[in-house]
Amino acid sequence: MNSSVGEAESRVMDFTLNGSPVSVSGDPGARLSAVLREQLGASGTKVGCDAGDCGACTVLIDQQPVCACMVPIGRLAGRSVVTVEGLADNHPQGKALRQRFLQQGAAQCGICTPGMLMSAAALLQENPKPSVSEVEDALGGVLCRCTGYRKIVAAVRSAADGGDDILDSDASVGQRLVRLDGADKVAGVDRFGDDLAPSDALQLKVIRSPYHHARVEFGNLADYVERHAGIELVLTAADIAGENAFGVIPAFRDQPVFADGEARFQGEAVAAVVGKEESLRALDQHEFPVTFSELPPAIDIDAAQMPDAPELHESRANNVLTEGLVQRGDIEDALARCDITVEGDFTTSFVEHAYIEPEAGFAQRIDDRLEVYGCTQAPHMDREELARILDLAPEQIRIRPSSVGGGFGSKLDLSFQPMIALAAWRLNKPVRVCYSRPESMRSTTKRHPGRIHARIGADRDGQLQAMSFRAEFNTGAYASWGPTVANRVPVHASGPYRMPAYRAQSRAIHTHCAPAGAFRGFGVPQSAVAQESLFDQLADALGHDRLAFRISNALSTNDLTVTGQSFEQGVGIRACLEALQQPWQQALAETADYNRRSFGKRRGVGVASCWYGCGNTSLPNPSTIRVGLTRAGKVRLFQGAVDIGQGSNTVITQICAQALGLPVEHFELVSADTDLTPDAGKTSASRQTFVSGKAALLSGVSLRQQIVTSVGASDNATLTLDGDNLVVAENGKTQDIKLAALAADDEGLVFAAEETFDPPTSPLDENGQGEPYASFGYGAQIAIVEVDEGLGTVKVCHMTAAHDVGRAINPTLVEGQIEGGIAQGIGMALMEAWLPGRTNNLHDYLIPTFGDVPDIDIILIEDSDALGPYGAKGLGEHVLIPTAPAILNAIRHATGALVCDLPATPDRVLAALQARSAAT
Amino acid sequence: MSYALPDSLEEALALRASGDWCVVAGGTDVYPARVETPDGPRGLLDISALRTLAAVDKDATHWRIGALATWTDLINAPLPAGFDALKQAAREVGSVQIQNVGTVVGNLCNASPAADGVPPLLVLDAQVEIASVDATRVVPLGEFIRGNRQTILAENELVTAILIPRSHDAAPSRFVKLGARRYLVISIAMVAAQLSVDDQGLVDSARVAVGSCSAVAARLPRLEAALQGMRADPGLLDAIDGSLLPELSPIDDIRASASYRSDAAVEIVKRAVSDCIERIS
Repeated sequence: MNSSVGEAESRVMDFTLNGSPVSVSGDPGARLSAVLREQLGASGTKVGCDAGDCGACTVLIDQQPVCACMVPIGRLAGRSVVTVEGLADNHPQGKALRQRFLQQGAAQCGICTPGMLMSAAALLQENPKPSVSEVEDALGGVLCRCTGYRKIVAAVRSAADGGDDILDSDASVGQRLVRLDGADKVAGVDRFGDDLAPSDALQLKVIRSPYHHARVEFGNLADYVERHAGIELVLTAADIAGENAFGVIPAFRDQPVFADGEARFQGEAVAAVVGKEESLRALDQHEFPVTFSELPPAIDIDAAQMPDAPELHESRANNVLTEGLVQRGDIEDALARCDITVEGDFTTSFVEHAYIEPEAGFAQRIDDRLEVYGCTQAPHMDREELARILDLAPEQIRIRPSSVGGGFGSKLDLSFQPMIALAAWRLNKPVRVCYSRPESMRSTTKRHPGRIHARIGADRDGQLQAMSFRAEFNTGAYASWGPTVANRVPVHASGPYRMPAYRAQSRAIHTHCAPAGAFRGFGVPQSAVAQESLFDQLADALGHDRLAFRISNALSTNDLTVTGQSFEQGVGIRACLEALQQPWQQALAETADYNRRSFGKRRGVGVASCWYGCGNTSLPNPSTIRVGLTRAGKVRLFQGAVDIGQGSNTVITQICAQALGLPVEHFELVSADTDLTPDAGKTSASRQTFVSGKAALLSGVSLRQQIVTSVGASDNATLTLDGDNLVVAENGKTQDIKLAALAADDEGLVFAAEETFDPPTSPLDENGQGEPYASFGYGAQIAIVEVDEGLGTVKVCHMTAAHDVGRAINPTLVEGQIEGGIAQGIGMALMEAWLPGRTNNLHDYLIPTFGDVPDIDIILIEDSDALGPYGAKGLGEHVLIPTAPAILNAIRHATGALVCDLPATPDRVLAALQARSAAT
Repeated sequence: MSYALPDSLEEALALRASGDWCVVAGGTDVYPARVETPDGPRGLLDISALRTLAAVDKDATHWRIGALATWTDLINAPLPAGFDALKQAAREVGSVQIQNVGTVVGNLCNASPAADGVPPLLVLDAQVEIASVDATRVVPLGEFIRGNRQTILAENELVTAILIPRSHDAAPSRFVKLGARRYLVISIAMVAAQLSVDDQGLVDSARVAVGSCSAVAARLPRLEAALQGMRADPGLLDAIDGSLLPELSPIDDIRASASYRSDAAVEIVKRAVSDCIERIS
């Protein structure tokens, strides 16, 4: 008998990793993914779910792609494992794949990239010339939340042709510079939140409420620590030295690090256990001395508004967190005067961000300072909040963001950081944590579910006259970004159209659900569903073409918005809509033709628009960027805008390089680090290109002026770097600046500039009138869908997206934002609904896969913005807004079925089809 | 936690008889179930080294799908038309990564109501071969799965193979899966159907099974009887309605409402049967 039976620790397993023999010891039942990452130093293999739902951990075993999270290492003897680290050397197309992914923008945040690359490598081995559908079939087991998949398909197919050509290195504004942080992502050496902790770090495990609402009482915690070898510390609310409350908006700071006596949502942290990894792995949470006494919860906004509903926060009567209002004109009178009005009720669901990287990081104490590493979208805000919680000075805390494997708004809020910070501070040892997928889904913020009633009227010529709008949002247990959603929605609910009379009201209501927070669009995607659906009904009732109706009502320069703001330039919505005319006519003709020939499946076309203010709503919103020259002749850019995959590392460098007049190849990037980079604000509100980009432009200009002034040259001089020799040339005359000979400041810079940009806004008055944003971005999209009338399933066949970006600093990255935003919009439209306590994994909660995102035609409108850097505006959130309403409008066009509740799952669509039949 | 990697069936069965083990073949159900539960006292009995159980082969009367045959093995095996539905199902199970390690037998043992392998195997009148130290027994698949996540497998037993009568080789079969997205999707409902006709063009045998619409996927005897003797042309589809599917008892869950499942089941039964007819003619 060769086989063996035995205790875990006694086993040694030998196999081949990336062509070299390796030997590991330990538990033979351990997941290969964990062993690769923790024992073999191969952390390029990413873990997103530990359940085979995301494919991020795909490796090749004997050339077959498998999820390493479900392979016990005990069975690997004699077998060959290839991971992303070995791809280039162990696979014929490995190098080409890496290069094509980089070149085509197939990696955004990069967390799924190793899984994609490995799946693609296996495919190309078997099928050197795969079709689109063959690529989709082969890679369909890997989820991506950033790219919308199309660039990945293109990259895989082009890698089949080889990939040794030189990448285009033109970095000037408007060029497709490959992302500057991309090489590490495609090589599998980028470091995300769970890739950084030292090997001796202790683990932290969070104890969470199993109930939506519960009283929490602890037993003898000291005794528990005493009795469990390997457990060094238990933390509860009692251990918080400072304030046991955090929140992204100071006036609404209400979320405890650990629930103190009362848990307000299922999954809320009540305690944390810190100890050695092996001790925590064996930990039975049921033995932890805590008693949860279930209390009646209010799960939805109706329940929370009942007279006898439990009150979530003492100071917030009727569980109302906040209300928003924008109004102008006499709405009732204006609606009464309309020749035609339509109205409707709409609901949307909680949407989970579902980034493939769960929350992770580690903290360590260094003397009387604390360093916190991990994934975040808002390092400076994190620092302020942690200082308050730990009762330390902000200067004692250093936030060092890892690469971020997707954020989309949820990583703006604190999650794991206070717990590991407190543990590391108390124990004076490094402490790490990585949320499991269910933990991440249970405890972090979501998109607000909305319940919306709207009524819109026009005159008989089809000119919009009035709109009343009322939205109630389930904001969950804590404030998070609820106030922002409540404020942003009334400002945007009209869409980018002239609306002479307008009243939009919103309320955010607390429930015993996970906090609803920021998610790409801050409530505007929800309100656009109502407004754009009703526009279609209005156009139909008027007998107008739906696109022409929108064009004739679109905002133009000098028109007043619903807050009474006007812009003399940069209002690109009409241009976006007009650019869709040809594809619109073509789509209408093609679908009509298809429907004549088809039986049981009908196609339809829908259109919807968006506008979105860049930056905070009527609030200061500054970014500061520093740039300097080193004695060695490098341009050092202190770029504190966290790149969560959207590309700020690249875009901001391109802008600064252009302003300075030196090529990107001389730049050294210092990415976000609260000790090193000035505050570039948070990565949210579509503000980094617009606000931080402008600060980068100003600092580049300022640095350039210092340089030319130092040698008496003018602005027209050209700069050239040759090693440490900076050459200033003007009018045929050149002057050398020997950088190495100059005195450097504390940061090693011989020239340095730091500039701040804060977009001008004005406060909104009691009617919501004012100038909430310095700039809006605009867009419009066409969806073509196919509805299976027997099953209610909807397939999105094609999208066309026209977006006014002011200026596309980097068209590849702009396209990546559009395609990724559309993919999330498709998810919101057709499949995504997070149900508290029921959908905390990636097989019960569905996000779009390769086969769910169609080809997307992109039309970039560049209506230059007067304030933005080189005319650029924000884009990140805009792109998601029109997608869901365009799809709903296409479903209605195809079938006549009106779906008002998202997501439009097959059961809801079939019910709408049946309701249509019943009505006729 | 203990772990065993036996290299013979005898040893595996001896271990199974001697202790409380969690059997792991492909691992695609075992590992996901451990995400939220700590490593329990049960050891892992890894049967992946029993390579003799990996084959898909046949004798004079039966096909035999060994306990370690993966979905990919099944897809790659040269199987007759009767297995088309099962192969279609195999391609829809999870993803390529899952198909490469997940086993057909594991799909049965896990006994999920949404197991894609069950309806096609029910249609093929599959039997399950079960071994223990003491005995080997063969039971019909319909008796093997007792309920949601329940089988008749005893603590000392292992499933060694699925047996399929070769009498079903020739008749065309089809599988239709209904899910809310394209890949990596758990079925809202799925249907397998197999139809054979006599030389008059009349249905002489119809076998249809539906999954995800009852605690255990179900054959539809009333429908099958109704189709028997009918002419195998599209007109036959008009005879199919919900009253012929009393075996189904769909529930509301996160994937769909019960009433939707009832409607959709009829629709995809029609489509599967229609596909079979198309392949006959």
